[in-house]
Amino acid sequence: MADALFRARNLTKHFEITQGLMQKLKFEGKKKVRAVDGIDFDIYWKRNFSIVGESGCGKTTVGKLMMRLLNPTDGKMYMKNKDITKLSSREEIKAYRRQTQIIYQDPFSSLDPRHRIRTILEEPLQIHSIGDSREERSDMIHEALEEVRLTPPEKFLRRYPHMLSGGQKQRVNLARAMILNPDFIVADEPVSMLDVSVRAEVLNLMKDLIDEEDVTYFYITHDISTTRFFTDYIGVMYLGDMVEKGRVGDVLDKPSHPYTQALLVAVPEPDPERVRGEKKVPIKGEIPSGTNVPSGCRFHPRCPHAEDICSEKEPPEKTVEKEHTAKCHFAGEIEFDIEVAK
Amino acid sequence: MANDDVVLKVDELCTHYLTHDGEVMALDDASFELKRGDSIGVAGESGCGKSTLAFSLMNQVQPPGEIISGSIDLDGVEVTELTEKEARKKIRWKKVSMVFQGAMEIMTPVYTVGHQMKEPLKYHKDVEGKAARRTCERYLELVNLGPEIFDRYPHELSGGQKQRVVIATALLLEPNLVILDEPTTALDVVVEARIMNDLKRLRRELDISMMFITHDLSILAEVSDNLAIMYAGWIVELGDANKIYKDPKHPYTEKLMAAIPDIRTDIDRLEYIPGVPPNLVNPPSGCRFHPRCHKAMEVCREMTPEVYDVDGVKVKCHLYSEDESIAGSQEASYETAYEDETAAEAYEGEIGKEEVEDGIEESEEPEKAKPEI
Repeated sequence: MADALFRARNLTKHFEITQGLMQKLKFEGKKKVRAVDGIDFDIYWKRNFSIVGESGCGKTTVGKLMMRLLNPTDGKMYMKNKDITKLSSREEIKAYRRQTQIIYQDPFSSLDPRHRIRTILEEPLQIHSIGDSREERSDMIHEALEEVRLTPPEKFLRRYPHMLSGGQKQRVNLARAMILNPDFIVADEPVSMLDVSVRAEVLNLMKDLIDEEDVTYFYITHDISTTRFFTDYIGVMYLGDMVEKGRVGDVLDKPSHPYTQALLVAVPEPDPERVRGEKKVPIKGEIPSGTNVPSGCRFHPRCPHAEDICSEKEPPEKTVEKEHTAKCHFAGEIEFDIEVAK
Repeated sequence: MANDDVVLKVDELCTHYLTHDGEVMALDDASFELKRGDSIGVAGESGCGKSTLAFSLMNQVQPPGEIISGSIDLDGVEVTELTEKEARKKIRWKKVSMVFQGAMEIMTPVYTVGHQMKEPLKYHKDVEGKAARRTCERYLELVNLGPEIFDRYPHELSGGQKQRVVIATALLLEPNLVILDEPTTALDVVVEARIMNDLKRLRRELDISMMFITHDLSILAEVSDNLAIMYAGWIVELGDANKIYKDPKHPYTEKLMAAIPDIRTDIDRLEYIPGVPPNLVNPPSGCRFHPRCHKAMEVCREMTPEVYDVDGVKVKCHLYSEDESIAGSQEASYETAYEDETAAEAYEGEIGKEEVEDGIEESEEPEKAKPEI
């Protein structure tokens, strides 16, 4: 495999909890939320990487770290073999963000309601001083709108965000990210607020742009059903740790971590005959808080296969097959059978 | 009479919003029946009238909305004729209750869960104090929550727990019908699957009817016996869920089903419906779906389709007309969204109008928002 476009090694982010005076007086030491707890992954050129997990598992924090919107507590990140954790000055970070853009979840609130589409798309160009004249920028804006299939562009330039449908708004967001010709886009739940039919349209478009614009996506989602179509690699996160990762087909066909298996069972299926009965969701309870990460394997209190070793020893990363690893003591031994779910 | 079994009978219901820009025909000619203990799933894109339908059933359409015509027979009560006061006394909570979209934010943060749960018991049944607490705890148990939840504040609960509390509250007065408007949209898949399991069990145990409203057909497959597919204020397909899932008749349903990604197979492209739903102030002539339809015919632009019975499924589409000259009409010669997305968008009304006049001054006031439907 060629060199990775983006690499993360032992990426860690702990948030300290602000304490009141009384808590400080007790000298209990500072409490921390271990939002991202030492994860490694590689993203290859034009091979999308998706990250899935429940809310509170740290997936959005990873996205923000990659954009350098947050500073990591520990660990390294490399973009094209350049250490981006070392970037410190405003200029360096600004130059980095020209290569890396982000799209947010909520298309309704991520566009300024008082700006016309033209102004919205012109802003990144102004910030990065691209284009010499208004005309040149105009051409770029036209091009960006055409890229995201908002045609004819003249029709959209003068509109305000409220005059667009949800799907169109998200396409404007996409155009705003694309206008800088980035290599890499962090897409944080880009379609989860859209209707199913529109969702498909936006994902198709994003996928087309991979080849047209030479862009790679880091796709953050809780909806595991869209990952197979959209991405090549997948990482499953649980409570700040990446418990399973690999090629998307391998992970979804042969999930080796009990948590991944549970996620797959829970996916709703559009086939009434299969799913009429109650589903056996194999895990209990809800995701614990990041302040209080269980000992040993962090999943063991909810795991149906847990044994003594799980609460004592943190599981190593086991290789299940080529490029497919799972952090579970019994990885590869637990049978996954979607039939039990019926 | 067999009618005893029918909890809800909606007949040619029309609910419109009388806005400054004209009448928004949010719900047109909706007719369906729901038997005791049965469930119906209502699906469609945003703005297709699903929530309007739900509010109409509660007689709680907010102005400028108004039930224009038609009837709703809810367990022997004619809902459309009730005044606000009567509706509150006679039907809400007792006969029909609703779990709203984003139920997380529905609870007041300053009162305990119990305080908020007790309220309907107090007003409707005059049950207070210990007795009310006991009833609430029993229902909390039904939704798999411990009695200690009663004394908690909403912020101490997780999203899934809050949603369960709201469901328990909706069941408190043993209504015949519970309407669930996108009950699990904001939840994670694992929590969603568990709540869906609970709902299936509750429906069986308590013998209540449920109406699920969502845009996601894959969730509906698990819980609904019947299915109503809505588009632009119309029910375009109505019938047994198994039949519709297996063999969708209306082109819109077909596309909606195809848009669900399959987790087991590798696919290259997802199906979608090009264009956007029409503005209902000025819906397309003929069949409202024709500008986005992949099977559009000449006749679709001119004539409103009738409702046809195809293998027990009611379909509102010219394709199934008995009249050969209609069913076999020529393929459309006009442009649909498949050839040119903007052609179909002309029906956006307001938006369409604005773009014609180019060269408006930059200082101009922002156009008024499209009325939220």
